[in-house]
Amino acid sequence: MTQTVMKIDDLHLSFPVSRSLLDVVQRKPGKSVNALNGVSLELKHGETLGVVGESGCGKSTLARCIVRLYAPTSGRIHFEDQDIFDAEAKRDRSYNRRVQMMFQDPYSSLNPRMSTGDILAEALRVHQMRPEADIAPRVAELLGLVRLPQDAAEKLPHEFSGGQRQRIAIARALAVEPEVLIADELVSALDVSVQAQVVNLLLELQERLQLTILFVAHDLRLVRHVSNRVAVIYLGRIVEIGDSETLFSAPSHPYSQALLSAAPSLDPDDKGAAIQLEGELPSPLNVPPGCPFHVRCRHVTAQCRTVVPALRTLEGRGEVACHHAEEINQHA
Amino acid sequence: MSDAVVTSAKSSDAPQTRVQIALRKPGFLIGAVIIGFSALLALFPSFFAPYDPNFIDYLAVRQPPSWAHPFGTDMLGRDALSRVIHAYTVNMQMAILATVFALTIGVTVGALVGYYRGVADMIFGRVVDAVITFPFLVLVIAVVAVLGPGLINMYIAITLVGWVYYARLMRAEVIAQMGNDYASAGIVMGYSDRRIIFRHLLPNAITPVIVYWMTDMALAILLGSSLGYLGLGAQPPQAEWGVLIAEGRNFITTAWWLSLMPGIAIVITGLGFSLIGDGLADLLRPRG
Repeated sequence: MTQTVMKIDDLHLSFPVSRSLLDVVQRKPGKSVNALNGVSLELKHGETLGVVGESGCGKSTLARCIVRLYAPTSGRIHFEDQDIFDAEAKRDRSYNRRVQMMFQDPYSSLNPRMSTGDILAEALRVHQMRPEADIAPRVAELLGLVRLPQDAAEKLPHEFSGGQRQRIAIARALAVEPEVLIADELVSALDVSVQAQVVNLLLELQERLQLTILFVAHDLRLVRHVSNRVAVIYLGRIVEIGDSETLFSAPSHPYSQALLSAAPSLDPDDKGAAIQLEGELPSPLNVPPGCPFHVRCRHVTAQCRTVVPALRTLEGRGEVACHHAEEINQHA
Repeated sequence: MSDAVVTSAKSSDAPQTRVQIALRKPGFLIGAVIIGFSALLALFPSFFAPYDPNFIDYLAVRQPPSWAHPFGTDMLGRDALSRVIHAYTVNMQMAILATVFALTIGVTVGALVGYYRGVADMIFGRVVDAVITFPFLVLVIAVVAVLGPGLINMYIAITLVGWVYYARLMRAEVIAQMGNDYASAGIVMGYSDRRIIFRHLLPNAITPVIVYWMTDMALAILLGSSLGYLGLGAQPPQAEWGVLIAEGRNFITTAWWLSLMPGIAIVITGLGFSLIGDGLADLLRPRG
């Protein structure tokens, strides 16, 4: 269970912002959006790793890097000791089979002009998962797996609800029998009642098919429900990563503490002592030096303004990127 | 609401439902009737024409419309109605031949530069700017002037200029479609670029191009007859609307019907293509 399947190493990604002609003439340096600023993490076989953070922190960018939709500016991703971005690995389509992704928007992730059956059969044919004669039965099997009626194969995506479409997307990902699934905000576009159906289906399939899942979401309760481990991302950096129960019950990084206290409690007596963060999320165009969180942190010191804290293991907790983690958590 | 119920109940024969929707639109219906009848005239002109279009009768020149000659006769005594009908063959041929090659080239180039972007796209952008700065007709006339007059050269000239308009449309539509996750899903699935471009993006991106194509057919007829009128397209004694109008021009005050009738044919055919294009725009829009 503890075998590492994927290792992400100091991943950086910045998108250049287009410069106007005036900027070029005035020789202003080109700006860039720093979406990822050194993300390192390991994905272990069979686990569900939740990735949380506020909008624009780089969660989806990380997910898209892993499936090679974006090429990182620097850093490596190793899948079973193979660098997925080296030239030879890029030609190798088997990585695309073994690591699959499911997208946030169920209304745009399915080709509107292809029937469900065609969508699934195409995946099976391209990767030669089954001989031609077995494709129709396998499509039926996949529809059963995600609990869609058999006549769904004939229908076009617009005839389904959001939850059903998301299940079609799961079936498409599973058609190629992947080992790792990247779920990018899989259910955030769905109604709460439907979210539970889809998420529970995913967890059930994970158990049955031995899948490793990277679950990107901003819904904290949902992440707590599905994940074994959780990574908290802030401004393109992991600030805390650790066992899901520990992290949710006793977050160590000041940002995690603020993030978790912002989630509404279901207990009516809990009046909530939410930690109010000051200021705004800094623009990824202009990432502050030192700890990315120092401009909003209550515990900031001079060291935070200059030195980037590295992830380090905290006794009895997960890994935290904070210079003062010990002092902050002394009384907790 | 009742529409939605009917469609979902009969989802298996969706194409038929679409045709039914189309036939309920009077504009599309009129357009289809006009173009259907024009196509019949173009395919079987001898069946509809009362006389041989090239039969010369010096005893009956420039006769006004009568029961024997509904559109009158021209300066050589040829029956004007028969000549207008026989012109359908070449003018309808223009609608097809002056557009399909531009359509094919434009769709392919547009889809490729839209998908790959990069340097090719920047060069393409400059080509588009250069072509669009010139009036279409001027550019086509320039090319015909180089190649020499005639129908084939006219088709070449129109294709050389016209593909840019299709490519520009296609490129924009492909880029818009790329924003949808199904394109990303194709990449994640490890599908080949060719499959993603031609199987996934193209069918979703082509609707506006098809609609433009219909309008462009009307423009091609207009352009073809303009060139015929200027003596750069079809050559006399071929019956072609532009040529017919040019022949009647000298007698416009005494034998106005010679120029008016082919003019009306151009207007009606052009209207037919435009109405079909309008109807198709509604029809091809993906639902849901």
